[in-house]
Amino acid sequence: MDLYRQKILDHYRAPRNFGKLKGATHKAQRGNPLCGDEVEIALKITRGVVRQVKFTGTGCAISMAATSLLTEAVSGQRLSQVRRLTEAQALRLLGTPIGPARHKCALLGYEALQKALGK
Amino acid sequence: MSIRNIKKSYPIFSRRIHGHPLTYLDSAATAQKPTAVLAAMDAFYRRHNANPRRGLYQLGVEATEMVEQVRSDVAAFIGADDASEVVFTSGTTGAINLVAYTWALAHLRPGDEVIVSELEHHSNLVPWQQLAARRRWKLSFIPITANGNLDLQWLRRHLTRRVKLVSVTHTSNVLGVRPPLPTIIRLAHRVGARVLVDAAQAVAHEPINVSRLGCDWISFSGHKMYGPTGIGVLWGRRALLEDAPPYQYGGEMVAEVRWGKTTFADPPARFEAGTQNAAGIVGLGAAIAMLRAIGWPAIRRHERALVRYAMKKLTMLSGVTVYGPHTAVDHGAVISFNIDGVHAHDVASVFDTLGIAVRAGHHCAMPLHTKLGVLATVRASIGIYNTKEDIDQLVRGIKKVQKIFEV
Ligand SMILES: Cc1ncc(COP(=O)(O)O)c(C=O)c1O
Repeated sequence: MDLYRQKILDHYRAPRNFGKLKGATHKAQRGNPLCGDEVEIALKITRGVVRQVKFTGTGCAISMAATSLLTEAVSGQRLSQVRRLTEAQALRLLGTPIGPARHKCALLGYEALQKALGK
Repeated sequence: MSIRNIKKSYPIFSRRIHGHPLTYLDSAATAQKPTAVLAAMDAFYRRHNANPRRGLYQLGVEATEMVEQVRSDVAAFIGADDASEVVFTSGTTGAINLVAYTWALAHLRPGDEVIVSELEHHSNLVPWQQLAARRRWKLSFIPITANGNLDLQWLRRHLTRRVKLVSVTHTSNVLGVRPPLPTIIRLAHRVGARVLVDAAQAVAHEPINVSRLGCDWISFSGHKMYGPTGIGVLWGRRALLEDAPPYQYGGEMVAEVRWGKTTFADPPARFEAGTQNAAGIVGLGAAIAMLRAIGWPAIRRHERALVRYAMKKLTMLSGVTVYGPHTAVDHGAVISFNIDGVHAHDVASVFDTLGIAVRAGHHCAMPLHTKLGVLATVRASIGIYNTKEDIDQLVRGIKKVQKIFEV
């Protein structure tokens, strides 16, 4: 099926930037009470640039893969750019259209990121 | 009416979902609607629509009669002698909250105890929890044992004169467990406690007889028994309904209104403030008629056979964990499971591509899932229209998930 393309399964099985981040400057957690999924994102931001980003958590393939892809996308980016990242852009990172039933899962990491950046 | 080919009387099964026929295994969330229910509601709006209890003209008389006829039908359906003990509500949630905010608020004192079970749906847990905190009642939970049954030893020890209310589910919406209600009711009554039974997951699947059961209230929803959404029932003993104040105030629930004072109507009108959901009530009546036409023996035979078949298939699959008892005997029409190594939401999404509809999550029973040690489960639930082919499709779905996720 389309939703579970190789790219998503790959990021689910071997999430990038997974683990604790020492010396994080920004950090936040988001959970989805509907399914118990939880994601914590930690960033090290100096002089307006995301130097490092890591995440921990448990969840479905969609939430884990989406967060993994998100960390790749924001890593090394200017903070001003990361702040401009929209929900739609975050969803597009998955590379396949995702139905409204799974939006919450797909945006869990994005919401944690927003919270970490104080939005 | 026969159960074979019954899918034909449910228009929704003409749909195709992602190119597949619909395999609907989520009747515990809400059941599909037969043409008879849709037609009855349509006919009400087309031919009889008027505000019941008000109109002094032909249509008003007809609408009132139709609503009151269903009240009698409901009473007969659940073995109640007196139709005036049947209160129409918005659903199970509305019915339980009605007992909480009328009878319980009027009769429980600080320090009194309410007992529910660990199996409860949030709608039979949160109202008690919230009122208990506000009114300083004690709220306790009958624990479940390893196989999901209620720990009756615990109940025996905890039933004291302080306990004023025991509110339990007839059939668990997660584990399918059916607690031994006659025993629970007998034990509770012995200490003077009242018993509310949440029959939301039972009414569509087996006969309920409140007189024989001996409970004090039961609640259920029309939409889980092939009727429309937005209509439900609270049945309560006449003396208990009379001994409770109203909690919503408005039209048609009063006897006499003066500028400064109102006397309230007798039950059930006292608890049905405002215009009734007349079309919903008529639809509920049609659903009851449909169930009666098929008959409980045929329904139970069919559904039991399916639960047994599904249970056998699922427990035989490797990498699948089934929660709750593994026998069809004393098992409601729901089976909750997980595919090892795959999140329930991912399972449901893969199923969807095959036209299979199941519930995934905590099914409004978060504390129970915590107790089971899982965040979420997949729930397949059965209705009269399901067939062995639906279960076979479910098994195909499970195999597809295992293939995609390589587990
Ligand atoms: C056991 C149980 N109780 C209560 C409810 C709540 O029913 P409703 O949402 O129709 O009020 C449900 C439905 O999900 C249920 O399964």
